[in-house]
Amino acid sequence: MSSGVSQLPHRRAAPEGRRAGENGNIRYLISAIAIFVAAIMLAPLVLSFLASIKLPADAASVPPSYLPSTLSLESYATVLHFGAGLSTYVANSLKVAALAIIFCLVLSVPAGFGLARFKLPAKEVIFLILLAPLMIPYQALLTPLYLMFAKLGLANSSVGLAIVHTILQLPFSVYLMRNSFEAVPRELEEAAVIDGCSSFVSFRRVFLPLVMPGMVTVALFAFITSWNEFLAALIFMNKETAFTVPILLVSVRIGHFGSVDWGALQAGIMISILPCILIYIFLQKYYVSGLLGGAVK
Amino acid sequence: MTKRASKATGFIYVLPALVFVCAFVLFPFGQLIATSFSSQSLLGGGNFVGFANFETAYNDAAFWRALGFTAKYTLFITPILMGFGYLLALLVEQNSNVLKVVRGIVFVPVVIGLGTSSLLWFWLFDEQVGLFNKVLVDLHIISQPIVWFTQADVALWAVIISVTWKVVGFGMILFVAAIQSISKEIIEASLIDGTGYWQRVWRLYLPLTFRTILLVTLISAIGSMLAFDQLYIMTAGGPRGKTITTVYWIYQNSFINFKLGYGAALSIILTAIILCGSAVQIALTNRTSKS
Repeated sequence: MSSGVSQLPHRRAAPEGRRAGENGNIRYLISAIAIFVAAIMLAPLVLSFLASIKLPADAASVPPSYLPSTLSLESYATVLHFGAGLSTYVANSLKVAALAIIFCLVLSVPAGFGLARFKLPAKEVIFLILLAPLMIPYQALLTPLYLMFAKLGLANSSVGLAIVHTILQLPFSVYLMRNSFEAVPRELEEAAVIDGCSSFVSFRRVFLPLVMPGMVTVALFAFITSWNEFLAALIFMNKETAFTVPILLVSVRIGHFGSVDWGALQAGIMISILPCILIYIFLQKYYVSGLLGGAVK
Repeated sequence: MTKRASKATGFIYVLPALVFVCAFVLFPFGQLIATSFSSQSLLGGGNFVGFANFETAYNDAAFWRALGFTAKYTLFITPILMGFGYLLALLVEQNSNVLKVVRGIVFVPVVIGLGTSSLLWFWLFDEQVGLFNKVLVDLHIISQPIVWFTQADVALWAVIISVTWKVVGFGMILFVAAIQSISKEIIEASLIDGTGYWQRVWRLYLPLTFRTILLVTLISAIGSMLAFDQLYIMTAGGPRGKTITTVYWIYQNSFINFKLGYGAALSIILTAIILCGSAVQIALTNRTSKS
Protein backbone atom coordinates (compact mmCIF):
# COMPACT_ATOMS: atom_id res chain seq x y z
CA MET A 1 0.00 0.00 0.00
CA SER A 2 3.07 2.15 -0.11
CA SER A 3 1.92 4.16 -3.10
CA GLY A 4 -0.86 5.38 -0.83
CA VAL A 5 -4.25 6.76 -1.71
CA SER A 6 -2.30 9.60 -2.97
CA GLN A 7 -2.34 9.57 -6.65
CA LEU A 8 -3.79 12.98 -6.14
CA PRO A 9 -3.33 15.71 -8.69
CA HIS A 10 -1.74 19.08 -7.95
CA ARG A 11 1.04 17.89 -5.81
CA ARG A 12 2.56 20.61 -3.74
CA ALA A 13 5.85 20.73 -1.89
CA ALA A 14 5.65 21.23 1.84
CA PRO A 15 5.12 24.96 2.35
CA GLU A 16 6.71 24.63 5.77
CA GLY A 17 10.01 23.66 4.15
CA ARG A 18 11.39 27.15 4.68
CA ARG A 19 11.31 26.81 8.42
CA ALA A 20 12.54 23.23 8.49
CA GLY A 21 14.49 23.45 11.71
CA GLU A 22 11.63 24.79 13.75
CA ASN A 23 9.18 22.44 12.12
CA GLY A 24 11.19 19.23 12.23
CA ASN A 25 9.64 18.33 15.55
CA ILE A 26 6.17 19.26 14.37
CA ARG A 27 6.59 16.98 11.40
CA TYR A 28 7.46 14.07 13.71
CA LEU A 29 4.48 14.92 15.88
CA ILE A 30 2.16 14.96 12.84
CA SER A 31 3.52 11.59 11.72
CA ALA A 32 3.07 10.15 15.21
CA ILE A 33 -0.55 11.31 15.45
CA ALA A 34 -1.26 10.07 11.93
CA ILE A 35 0.19 6.63 12.71
CA PHE A 36 -1.93 6.52 15.87
CA VAL A 37 -5.07 7.31 13.80
CA ALA A 38 -4.12 4.62 11.27
CA ALA A 39 -3.75 2.10 14.10
CA ILE A 40 -7.25 2.94 15.38
CA MET A 41 -8.70 2.60 11.88
CA LEU A 42 -7.04 -0.79 11.36
CA ALA A 43 -7.85 -2.16 14.81
CA PRO A 44 -11.43 -3.39 14.08
CA LEU A 45 -10.25 -5.29 11.00
CA VAL A 46 -7.28 -6.81 12.82
CA LEU A 47 -9.43 -7.83 15.81
CA SER A 48 -12.01 -9.37 13.50
CA PHE A 49 -9.30 -11.31 11.66
CA LEU A 50 -7.86 -12.56 14.95
CA ALA A 51 -11.33 -13.66 16.09
CA SER A 52 -11.86 -15.50 12.81
CA ILE A 53 -8.84 -17.73 13.44
CA LYS A 54 -9.76 -18.53 17.05
CA LEU A 55 -11.35 -21.83 18.06
CA PRO A 56 -15.14 -21.25 17.84
CA ALA A 57 -15.49 -21.70 21.63
CA ASP A 58 -12.64 -19.25 22.13
CA ALA A 59 -14.34 -16.68 19.88
CA ALA A 60 -17.52 -16.94 21.96
CA SER A 61 -15.82 -16.82 25.37
CA VAL A 62 -16.96 -14.27 27.96
CA PRO A 63 -15.02 -12.12 28.78
CA PRO A 64 -13.38 -11.96 25.34
CA SER A 65 -9.65 -12.00 24.64
CA TYR A 66 -7.76 -10.06 21.99
CA LEU A 67 -5.52 -12.84 20.80
CA PRO A 68 -6.37 -16.41 19.84
CA SER A 69 -5.03 -19.04 22.28
CA THR A 70 -4.91 -21.66 19.52
CA LEU A 71 -5.03 -21.08 15.78
CA SER A 72 -7.97 -22.72 14.08
CA LEU A 73 -9.64 -22.57 10.69
CA GLU A 74 -12.81 -24.18 12.01
CA SER A 75 -14.84 -20.96 11.68
CA TYR A 76 -13.89 -20.74 8.00
CA ALA A 77 -14.93 -24.39 7.58
CA THR A 78 -18.32 -23.53 9.15
CA VAL A 79 -18.87 -20.70 6.67
CA LEU A 80 -17.67 -22.87 3.79
CA HIS A 81 -20.45 -25.39 4.44
CA PHE A 82 -23.08 -22.94 5.63
CA GLY A 83 -26.52 -23.32 3.99
CA ALA A 84 -26.11 -24.07 0.31
CA GLY A 85 -22.33 -23.73 0.66
CA LEU A 86 -20.15 -20.63 0.46
CA SER A 87 -19.28 -21.29 -3.19
CA THR A 88 -22.95 -20.83 -4.17
CA TYR A 89 -23.15 -17.44 -2.48
CA VAL A 90 -19.83 -16.21 -3.81
CA ALA A 91 -20.85 -17.38 -7.29
CA ASN A 92 -24.17 -15.50 -6.95
CA SER A 93 -22.40 -12.32 -5.87
CA LEU A 94 -19.81 -12.58 -8.64
CA LYS A 95 -22.49 -13.22 -11.26
CA VAL A 96 -24.53 -10.20 -10.16
CA ALA A 97 -21.40 -8.04 -10.05
CA ALA A 98 -20.23 -9.21 -13.49
CA LEU A 99 -23.64 -8.41 -14.99
CA ALA A 100 -23.71 -5.02 -13.26
CA ILE A 101 -20.25 -4.23 -14.70
CA ILE A 102 -21.38 -5.23 -18.20
CA PHE A 103 -24.63 -3.25 -17.97
CA CYS A 104 -22.84 -0.16 -16.62
CA LEU A 105 -20.20 -0.24 -19.37
CA VAL A 106 -22.60 -1.00 -22.22
CA LEU A 107 -24.83 1.89 -21.19
CA SER A 108 -22.39 4.51 -19.93
CA VAL A 109 -19.58 4.29 -22.50
CA PRO A 110 -21.73 5.15 -25.55
CA ALA A 111 -23.75 7.64 -23.50
CA GLY A 112 -20.57 9.39 -22.37
CA PHE A 113 -19.37 9.50 -26.00
CA GLY A 114 -22.69 10.90 -27.23
CA LEU A 115 -22.80 13.56 -24.52
CA ALA A 116 -19.18 14.61 -24.90
CA ARG A 117 -18.82 14.61 -28.68
CA PHE A 118 -22.13 15.47 -30.31
CA LYS A 119 -24.40 18.49 -30.45
CA LEU A 120 -27.49 16.81 -29.08
CA PRO A 121 -30.97 18.33 -29.13
CA ALA A 122 -32.07 19.14 -25.57
CA LYS A 123 -28.74 17.92 -24.20
CA GLU A 124 -29.43 19.30 -20.73
CA VAL A 125 -32.72 17.40 -20.54
CA ILE A 126 -31.08 14.16 -21.67
CA PHE A 127 -28.34 14.61 -19.10
CA LEU A 128 -30.88 15.30 -16.35
CA ILE A 129 -32.85 12.17 -17.26
CA LEU A 130 -29.66 10.14 -17.02
CA LEU A 131 -29.08 11.63 -13.56
CA ALA A 132 -32.63 10.68 -12.47
CA PRO A 133 -31.40 7.85 -10.22
CA LEU A 134 -29.67 10.52 -8.13
CA MET A 135 -32.95 12.35 -7.60
CA ILE A 136 -35.22 9.33 -7.19
CA PRO A 137 -33.46 7.11 -4.65
CA TYR A 138 -33.56 3.41 -5.55
CA GLN A 139 -34.81 2.71 -2.04
CA ALA A 140 -38.10 4.32 -3.11
CA LEU A 141 -38.34 2.20 -6.28
CA LEU A 142 -37.96 -1.22 -4.71
CA THR A 143 -41.72 -1.98 -4.62
CA PRO A 144 -42.53 -1.21 -8.29
CA LEU A 145 -39.29 -2.93 -9.37
CA TYR A 146 -40.16 -5.97 -7.26
CA LEU A 147 -43.58 -6.24 -8.93
CA MET A 148 -42.09 -5.63 -12.38
CA PHE A 149 -39.42 -8.32 -11.91
CA ALA A 150 -42.04 -10.76 -10.64
CA LYS A 151 -43.99 -10.25 -13.89
CA LEU A 152 -40.87 -10.52 -16.07
CA GLY A 153 -39.73 -13.68 -14.29
CA LEU A 154 -36.71 -11.89 -12.81
CA ALA A 155 -37.58 -12.61 -9.16
CA ASN A 156 -34.59 -14.17 -7.42
CA SER A 157 -32.57 -13.72 -10.61
CA SER A 158 -29.12 -12.23 -10.79
CA VAL A 159 -30.18 -10.22 -13.85
CA GLY A 160 -32.87 -8.44 -11.81
CA LEU A 161 -30.53 -7.57 -8.95
CA ALA A 162 -27.82 -6.50 -11.41
CA ILE A 163 -30.34 -4.10 -13.00
CA VAL A 164 -30.94 -2.49 -9.59
CA HIS A 165 -27.19 -2.19 -9.00
CA THR A 166 -26.82 -0.63 -12.45
CA ILE A 167 -29.50 1.97 -11.62
CA LEU A 168 -27.51 2.80 -8.51
CA GLN A 169 -24.21 3.19 -10.36
CA LEU A 170 -25.34 4.67 -13.69
CA PRO A 171 -25.23 8.45 -12.99
CA PHE A 172 -21.67 8.20 -11.67
CA SER A 173 -20.64 6.02 -14.64
CA VAL A 174 -22.15 8.36 -17.25
CA TYR A 175 -20.55 11.34 -15.57
CA LEU A 176 -17.16 9.70 -15.51
CA MET A 177 -17.32 8.48 -19.11
CA ARG A 178 -18.48 11.88 -20.34
CA ASN A 179 -15.50 13.50 -18.60
CA SER A 180 -13.15 10.85 -20.04
CA PHE A 181 -14.34 11.44 -23.60
CA GLU A 182 -14.17 15.20 -23.15
CA ALA A 183 -10.53 14.87 -22.15
CA VAL A 184 -9.57 13.29 -25.49
CA PRO A 185 -7.96 15.98 -27.72
CA ARG A 186 -10.12 17.21 -30.62
CA GLU A 187 -7.22 16.86 -33.06
CA LEU A 188 -7.22 13.07 -32.76
CA GLU A 189 -10.88 12.89 -33.71
CA GLU A 190 -10.45 15.32 -36.58
CA ALA A 191 -7.56 13.27 -37.93
CA ALA A 192 -9.77 10.20 -37.85
CA VAL A 193 -12.56 12.04 -39.69
CA ILE A 194 -10.10 13.20 -42.36
CA ASP A 195 -8.95 9.61 -42.75
CA GLY A 196 -12.56 8.86 -43.57
CA CYS A 197 -13.53 7.05 -40.38
CA SER A 198 -17.23 6.97 -39.55
CA SER A 199 -18.18 8.03 -36.03
CA PHE A 200 -18.50 4.39 -35.03
CA VAL A 201 -15.07 3.48 -36.34
CA SER A 202 -13.41 6.47 -34.67
CA PHE A 203 -15.31 5.62 -31.49
CA ARG A 204 -13.87 2.13 -31.53
CA ARG A 205 -10.38 2.76 -32.90
CA VAL A 206 -9.51 6.20 -31.57
CA PHE A 207 -11.55 6.77 -28.44
CA LEU A 208 -11.97 3.41 -26.75
CA PRO A 209 -8.24 2.81 -26.15
CA LEU A 210 -7.90 6.33 -24.76
CA VAL A 211 -10.82 6.12 -22.34
CA MET A 212 -9.76 2.68 -21.07
CA PRO A 213 -8.76 4.06 -17.64
CA GLY A 214 -12.25 5.55 -17.28
CA MET A 215 -13.78 2.21 -18.19
CA VAL A 216 -11.65 0.40 -15.62
CA THR A 217 -12.85 2.89 -13.00
CA VAL A 218 -16.50 2.39 -13.98
CA ALA A 219 -16.08 -1.39 -13.75
CA LEU A 220 -14.27 -1.12 -10.43
CA PHE A 221 -16.99 0.99 -8.80
CA ALA A 222 -19.74 -1.19 -10.25
CA PHE A 223 -18.06 -4.23 -8.72
CA ILE A 224 -17.62 -2.69 -5.27
CA THR A 225 -21.19 -1.32 -5.21
CA SER A 226 -22.71 -4.57 -6.38
CA TRP A 227 -20.62 -6.85 -4.15
CA ASN A 228 -21.52 -4.79 -1.07
CA GLU A 229 -25.14 -3.79 -1.77
CA PHE A 230 -27.50 -4.96 0.93
CA LEU A 231 -31.12 -3.69 0.82
CA ALA A 232 -32.09 -4.73 -2.73
CA ALA A 233 -30.33 -8.08 -2.28
CA LEU A 234 -32.29 -8.60 0.94
CA ILE A 235 -35.62 -7.93 -0.79
CA PHE A 236 -35.10 -9.44 -4.24
CA MET A 237 -33.12 -12.55 -3.33
CA ASN A 238 -35.41 -14.29 -0.87
CA LYS A 239 -34.60 -17.86 -1.86
CA GLU A 240 -31.70 -19.26 0.15
CA THR A 241 -29.87 -20.52 -2.95
CA ALA A 242 -30.07 -17.02 -4.49
CA PHE A 243 -28.52 -15.15 -1.53
CA THR A 244 -25.52 -12.92 -2.13
CA VAL A 245 -22.61 -12.70 0.30
CA PRO A 246 -23.95 -9.80 2.46
CA ILE A 247 -27.25 -11.67 2.95
CA LEU A 248 -25.31 -14.84 3.76
CA LEU A 249 -23.53 -12.92 6.54
CA VAL A 250 -26.82 -11.93 8.16
CA SER A 251 -27.95 -15.57 8.08
CA VAL A 252 -24.63 -16.70 9.56
CA ARG A 253 -25.28 -14.32 12.43
CA ILE A 254 -28.69 -15.82 13.10
CA GLY A 255 -27.08 -19.26 12.81
CA HIS A 256 -28.78 -22.61 12.95
CA PHE A 257 -29.67 -22.66 16.61
CA GLY A 258 -30.69 -19.07 17.27
CA SER A 259 -27.44 -18.18 19.04
CA VAL A 260 -24.74 -16.22 17.23
CA ASP A 261 -21.73 -18.16 15.95
CA TRP A 262 -19.27 -15.32 16.53
CA GLY A 263 -16.26 -17.06 15.02
CA ALA A 264 -18.10 -17.96 11.82
CA LEU A 265 -19.44 -14.40 11.59
CA GLN A 266 -15.89 -13.01 11.67
CA ALA A 267 -14.73 -15.55 9.10
CA GLY A 268 -17.63 -14.49 6.85
CA ILE A 269 -16.76 -10.83 7.34
CA MET A 270 -13.14 -11.51 6.33
CA ILE A 271 -14.26 -13.37 3.20
CA SER A 272 -16.62 -10.57 2.16
CA ILE A 273 -13.98 -7.88 2.74
CA LEU A 274 -11.15 -9.65 0.92
CA PRO A 275 -12.04 -8.90 -2.73
CA CYS A 276 -12.71 -5.22 -1.94
CA ILE A 277 -9.37 -4.79 -0.19
CA LEU A 278 -7.45 -6.63 -2.93
CA ILE A 279 -9.05 -4.51 -5.65
CA TYR A 280 -8.37 -1.39 -3.64
CA ILE A 281 -4.71 -2.22 -3.12
CA PHE A 282 -4.04 -3.18 -6.74
CA LEU A 283 -6.25 -0.69 -8.55
CA GLN A 284 -5.99 2.22 -6.13
CA LYS A 285 -4.99 4.64 -8.88
CA TYR A 286 -8.27 4.08 -10.73
CA TYR A 287 -10.30 4.13 -7.54
CA VAL A 288 -9.10 7.45 -6.24
CA SER A 289 -9.04 9.18 -9.63
CA GLY A 290 -12.60 7.97 -10.17
CA LEU A 291 -13.69 9.32 -6.84
CA LEU A 292 -12.15 12.70 -7.54
CA GLY A 293 -13.35 12.80 -11.16
CA GLY A 294 -16.84 11.47 -10.56
CA ALA A 295 -17.97 12.58 -7.16
CA VAL A 296 -17.02 16.22 -7.04
CA LYS A 297 -16.13 17.24 -10.55
CA MET B 1 -21.24 14.58 -42.23
CA THR B 2 -24.06 17.11 -42.00
CA LYS B 3 -24.90 18.62 -38.67
CA ARG B 4 -28.32 17.00 -38.67
CA ALA B 5 -26.91 13.55 -39.27
CA SER B 6 -24.41 14.12 -36.51
CA LYS B 7 -27.23 15.04 -34.11
CA ALA B 8 -29.05 11.84 -34.95
CA THR B 9 -25.87 9.75 -34.60
CA GLY B 10 -25.16 11.29 -31.21
CA PHE B 11 -28.65 10.48 -30.08
CA ILE B 12 -28.19 6.82 -31.01
CA TYR B 13 -25.19 6.60 -28.66
CA VAL B 14 -27.20 8.04 -25.76
CA LEU B 15 -30.31 6.02 -26.50
CA PRO B 16 -29.56 2.74 -24.66
CA ALA B 17 -28.91 4.57 -21.38
CA LEU B 18 -32.02 6.72 -21.86
CA VAL B 19 -34.18 3.67 -22.52
CA PHE B 20 -32.72 1.94 -19.46
CA VAL B 21 -33.46 4.90 -17.17
CA CYS B 22 -36.97 5.27 -18.60
CA ALA B 23 -37.72 1.55 -18.20
CA PHE B 24 -36.21 0.98 -14.76
CA VAL B 25 -36.39 4.38 -13.04
CA LEU B 26 -39.00 6.70 -14.58
CA PHE B 27 -41.59 4.06 -15.47
CA PRO B 28 -41.43 2.39 -12.01
CA PHE B 29 -41.59 5.88 -10.49
CA GLY B 30 -44.84 6.48 -12.40
CA GLN B 31 -46.14 3.18 -11.09
CA LEU B 32 -45.06 4.18 -7.60
CA ILE B 33 -47.16 7.35 -7.86
CA ALA B 34 -50.14 5.31 -9.07
CA THR B 35 -49.69 2.79 -6.26
CA SER B 36 -49.52 5.56 -3.67
CA PHE B 37 -53.15 6.44 -4.55
CA SER B 38 -54.31 2.85 -4.19
CA SER B 39 -54.92 0.37 -1.41
CA GLN B 40 -52.82 -2.27 -3.18
CA SER B 41 -51.17 -4.98 -1.12
CA LEU B 42 -48.28 -7.26 -2.07
CA LEU B 43 -50.88 -10.02 -2.36
CA GLY B 44 -52.63 -8.07 -5.15
CA GLY B 45 -55.92 -6.17 -5.55
CA GLY B 46 -56.40 -2.56 -4.51
CA ASN B 47 -58.74 0.33 -5.30
CA PHE B 48 -58.21 4.01 -5.95
CA VAL B 49 -58.24 5.68 -2.55
CA GLY B 50 -57.20 9.25 -3.38
CA PHE B 51 -54.92 10.83 -0.82
CA ALA B 52 -55.90 8.35 1.93
CA ASN B 53 -52.37 6.87 2.13
CA PHE B 54 -50.85 10.33 2.53
CA GLU B 55 -53.42 11.14 5.23
CA THR B 56 -52.50 7.90 6.98
CA ALA B 57 -48.84 8.93 6.82
CA TYR B 58 -49.67 12.36 8.23
CA ASN B 59 -51.49 10.76 11.17
CA ASP B 60 -49.01 7.91 11.64
CA ALA B 61 -46.98 8.56 14.79
CA ALA B 62 -44.57 5.75 13.86
CA PHE B 63 -43.81 7.43 10.52
CA TRP B 64 -43.10 10.79 12.19
CA ARG B 65 -40.92 9.02 14.74
CA ALA B 66 -38.97 7.30 11.93
CA LEU B 67 -38.58 10.58 10.05
CA GLY B 68 -37.56 12.34 13.27
CA PHE B 69 -35.01 9.67 14.12
CA THR B 70 -33.57 9.79 10.59
CA ALA B 71 -33.28 13.60 10.80
CA LYS B 72 -31.66 13.35 14.23
CA TYR B 73 -29.19 10.74 12.98
CA THR B 74 -28.36 12.95 9.96
CA LEU B 75 -27.98 16.10 12.08
CA PHE B 76 -25.63 14.31 14.49
CA ILE B 77 -23.47 12.35 12.09
CA THR B 78 -23.00 14.91 9.29
CA PRO B 79 -21.04 17.50 11.34
CA ILE B 80 -19.04 14.67 12.94
CA LEU B 81 -18.10 13.26 9.53
CA MET B 82 -17.26 16.68 8.11
CA GLY B 83 -15.30 17.79 11.19
CA PHE B 84 -13.25 14.62 11.56
CA GLY B 85 -12.85 14.31 7.80
CA TYR B 86 -11.44 17.83 7.54
CA LEU B 87 -9.18 17.49 10.59
CA LEU B 88 -7.82 14.23 9.19
CA ALA B 89 -7.29 15.91 5.82
CA LEU B 90 -5.31 18.70 7.51
CA LEU B 91 -3.28 16.08 9.37
CA VAL B 92 -2.32 14.04 6.30
CA GLU B 93 -2.41 16.58 3.43
CA GLN B 94 1.39 16.76 3.03
CA ASN B 95 2.85 14.19 0.68
CA SER B 96 5.36 12.44 2.94
CA ASN B 97 5.59 8.66 2.63
CA VAL B 98 4.21 8.06 6.12
CA LEU B 99 1.22 10.31 5.53
CA LYS B 100 0.47 8.72 2.15
CA VAL B 101 0.31 5.29 3.77
CA VAL B 102 -1.87 6.65 6.58
CA ARG B 103 -4.25 8.14 3.98
CA GLY B 104 -4.43 4.73 2.32
CA ILE B 105 -5.25 3.03 5.62
CA VAL B 106 -7.90 5.55 6.71
CA PHE B 107 -9.59 5.00 3.35
CA VAL B 108 -9.73 1.19 3.60
CA PRO B 109 -13.13 0.98 5.40
CA VAL B 110 -14.71 3.06 2.61
CA VAL B 111 -14.31 0.19 0.14
CA ILE B 112 -15.88 -2.50 2.34
CA GLY B 113 -19.64 -2.93 2.54
CA LEU B 114 -21.78 -0.98 4.99
CA GLY B 115 -23.62 -4.20 5.81
CA THR B 116 -20.34 -5.98 6.50
CA SER B 117 -18.93 -3.16 8.63
CA SER B 118 -22.21 -2.98 10.57
CA LEU B 119 -21.94 -6.69 11.39
CA LEU B 120 -18.32 -6.21 12.42
CA TRP B 121 -19.29 -3.39 14.81
CA PHE B 122 -22.36 -5.29 16.04
CA TRP B 123 -19.80 -7.82 17.30
CA LEU B 124 -17.41 -5.20 18.70
CA PHE B 125 -20.29 -3.55 20.63
CA ASP B 126 -21.72 -6.82 21.99
CA GLU B 127 -21.81 -6.57 25.79
CA GLN B 128 -20.61 -10.15 26.29
CA VAL B 129 -18.08 -10.98 23.59
CA GLY B 130 -17.46 -7.50 22.16
CA LEU B 131 -13.99 -6.00 22.35
CA PHE B 132 -14.99 -2.32 22.19
CA ASN B 133 -16.03 -2.28 25.85
CA LYS B 134 -12.95 -4.30 26.76
CA VAL B 135 -10.65 -1.76 25.10
CA LEU B 136 -12.38 1.15 26.87
CA VAL B 137 -12.22 -0.62 30.24
CA ASP B 138 -8.59 -1.71 29.76
CA LEU B 139 -7.64 1.89 28.92
CA HIS B 140 -9.57 3.09 32.01
CA ILE B 141 -11.79 5.31 29.86
CA ILE B 142 -14.89 3.71 31.37
CA SER B 143 -15.15 1.67 34.59
CA GLN B 144 -18.22 -0.38 33.69
CA PRO B 145 -18.96 -1.99 30.30
CA ILE B 146 -21.60 0.00 28.42
CA VAL B 147 -24.77 -1.78 27.29
CA TRP B 148 -25.04 -0.37 23.79
CA PHE B 149 -28.29 -1.54 22.27
CA THR B 150 -30.97 -1.37 24.99
CA GLN B 151 -31.34 2.43 25.00
CA ALA B 152 -32.12 4.30 21.81
CA ASP B 153 -29.74 7.20 22.53
CA VAL B 154 -26.80 4.92 23.33
CA ALA B 155 -27.59 2.75 20.32
CA LEU B 156 -27.59 5.89 18.13
CA TRP B 157 -24.04 6.63 19.27
CA ALA B 158 -22.94 3.07 18.61
CA VAL B 159 -24.23 3.39 15.04
CA ILE B 160 -22.61 6.81 14.64
CA ILE B 161 -19.23 5.48 15.82
CA SER B 162 -19.37 2.53 13.43
CA VAL B 163 -20.48 4.57 10.41
CA THR B 164 -17.89 7.28 11.15
CA TRP B 165 -15.20 4.59 11.08
CA LYS B 166 -16.64 3.30 7.81
CA VAL B 167 -16.97 6.54 5.81
CA VAL B 168 -14.72 9.23 7.35
CA GLY B 169 -12.01 8.40 4.77
CA PHE B 170 -14.35 9.41 1.93
CA GLY B 171 -14.55 13.04 3.06
CA MET B 172 -10.88 13.03 4.03
CA ILE B 173 -9.64 12.05 0.58
CA LEU B 174 -11.80 14.66 -1.18
CA PHE B 175 -10.73 17.34 1.30
CA VAL B 176 -7.07 16.43 0.85
CA ALA B 177 -7.46 16.87 -2.91
CA ALA B 178 -9.21 20.20 -2.41
CA ILE B 179 -6.55 21.48 0.01
CA GLN B 180 -3.73 20.35 -2.28
CA SER B 181 -5.25 22.22 -5.20
CA ILE B 182 -4.99 25.55 -3.37
CA SER B 183 -2.32 27.47 -5.21
CA LYS B 184 1.13 27.42 -3.68
CA GLU B 185 1.55 31.18 -4.13
CA ILE B 186 -1.44 32.01 -1.94
CA ILE B 187 -0.10 29.85 0.87
CA GLU B 188 3.45 31.22 0.54
CA ALA B 189 2.10 34.76 0.66
CA SER B 190 0.30 34.03 3.90
CA LEU B 191 3.46 32.42 5.30
CA ILE B 192 5.42 35.58 4.55
CA ASP B 193 2.70 37.60 6.26
CA GLY B 194 3.42 35.42 9.29
CA THR B 195 -0.13 34.16 9.62
CA GLY B 196 -0.50 31.42 12.24
CA TYR B 197 -1.50 27.91 11.22
CA TRP B 198 -5.07 27.87 12.50
CA GLN B 199 -5.67 31.37 11.21
CA ARG B 200 -4.51 30.14 7.80
CA VAL B 201 -6.90 27.19 8.01
CA TRP B 202 -9.76 29.50 8.93
CA ARG B 203 -9.03 32.33 6.48
CA LEU B 204 -7.61 30.38 3.52
CA TYR B 205 -8.25 26.65 3.53
CA LEU B 206 -11.91 26.67 4.58
CA PRO B 207 -13.08 29.41 2.19
CA LEU B 208 -11.02 28.07 -0.73
CA THR B 209 -12.30 24.52 -0.28
CA PHE B 210 -15.85 25.60 0.49
CA ARG B 211 -17.49 24.06 -2.57
CA THR B 212 -15.96 20.67 -1.87
CA ILE B 213 -17.11 20.93 1.76
CA LEU B 214 -20.64 21.76 0.60
CA LEU B 215 -20.71 18.88 -1.87
CA VAL B 216 -19.36 16.31 0.56
CA THR B 217 -21.83 17.56 3.18
CA LEU B 218 -24.72 17.09 0.74
CA ILE B 219 -23.57 13.64 -0.42
CA SER B 220 -23.14 12.56 3.16
CA ALA B 221 -26.43 14.05 4.42
CA ILE B 222 -28.37 12.43 1.55
CA GLY B 223 -26.72 9.10 2.40
CA SER B 224 -27.70 9.48 6.05
CA MET B 225 -31.31 10.37 5.20
CA LEU B 226 -31.44 7.05 3.31
CA ALA B 227 -29.89 5.03 6.15
CA PHE B 228 -31.03 1.42 6.42
CA ASP B 229 -28.30 -1.26 6.51
CA GLN B 230 -26.59 -0.06 9.67
CA LEU B 231 -29.84 0.16 11.69
CA TYR B 232 -31.36 -3.03 10.30
CA ILE B 233 -28.22 -4.94 11.23
CA MET B 234 -27.09 -3.29 14.47
CA THR B 235 -30.32 -2.38 16.28
CA ALA B 236 -33.04 -4.07 14.17
CA GLY B 237 -34.96 -0.84 14.81
CA GLY B 238 -34.97 -1.47 18.55
CA PRO B 239 -35.45 -0.80 21.37
CA ARG B 240 -39.23 -0.68 20.76
CA GLY B 241 -38.94 0.73 17.24
CA LYS B 242 -37.11 3.84 18.41
CA THR B 243 -34.25 3.52 15.92
CA ILE B 244 -36.35 2.78 12.83
CA THR B 245 -35.36 5.06 9.93
CA THR B 246 -37.57 6.25 7.08
CA VAL B 247 -36.27 3.66 4.60
CA TYR B 248 -36.62 1.00 7.30
CA TRP B 249 -40.27 2.02 7.86
CA ILE B 250 -40.94 1.84 4.10
CA TYR B 251 -39.32 -1.61 3.97
CA GLN B 252 -41.35 -2.73 6.99
CA ASN B 253 -44.66 -1.55 5.51
CA SER B 254 -44.08 -2.73 1.94
CA PHE B 255 -42.30 -6.02 2.41
CA ILE B 256 -43.15 -7.19 5.93
CA ASN B 257 -46.73 -5.89 6.31
CA PHE B 258 -47.44 -6.03 2.54
CA LYS B 259 -49.08 -2.56 2.58
CA LEU B 260 -47.79 -1.51 -0.84
CA GLY B 261 -50.06 1.52 -1.26
CA TYR B 262 -48.96 2.96 2.05
CA GLY B 263 -45.31 2.07 1.41
CA ALA B 264 -45.54 3.84 -1.96
CA ALA B 265 -46.94 7.01 -0.38
CA LEU B 266 -44.05 6.98 2.13
CA SER B 267 -41.59 6.45 -0.75
CA ILE B 268 -43.00 9.51 -2.55
CA ILE B 269 -42.52 11.62 0.58
CA LEU B 270 -38.95 10.32 0.92
CA THR B 271 -38.22 11.09 -2.74
CA ALA B 272 -39.48 14.66 -2.28
CA ILE B 273 -37.10 15.13 0.65
CA ILE B 274 -34.10 13.65 -1.17
CA LEU B 275 -34.87 15.64 -4.32
CA CYS B 276 -34.26 18.93 -2.50
CA GLY B 277 -30.75 17.83 -1.53
CA SER B 278 -29.79 16.15 -4.80
CA ALA B 279 -30.99 19.10 -6.92
CA VAL B 280 -28.48 21.34 -5.13
CA GLN B 281 -25.82 18.63 -5.48
CA ILE B 282 -26.34 18.35 -9.25
CA ALA B 283 -26.34 22.14 -9.68
CA LEU B 284 -23.06 22.41 -7.77
CA THR B 285 -21.45 19.55 -9.67
CA ASN B 286 -22.39 21.02 -13.03
CA ARG B 287 -20.88 24.34 -12.11
CA THR B 288 -17.64 22.62 -11.17
CA SER B 289 -17.36 20.76 -14.44
CA LYS B 290 -18.03 23.84 -16.55
CA SER B 291 -15.54 26.12 -14.85
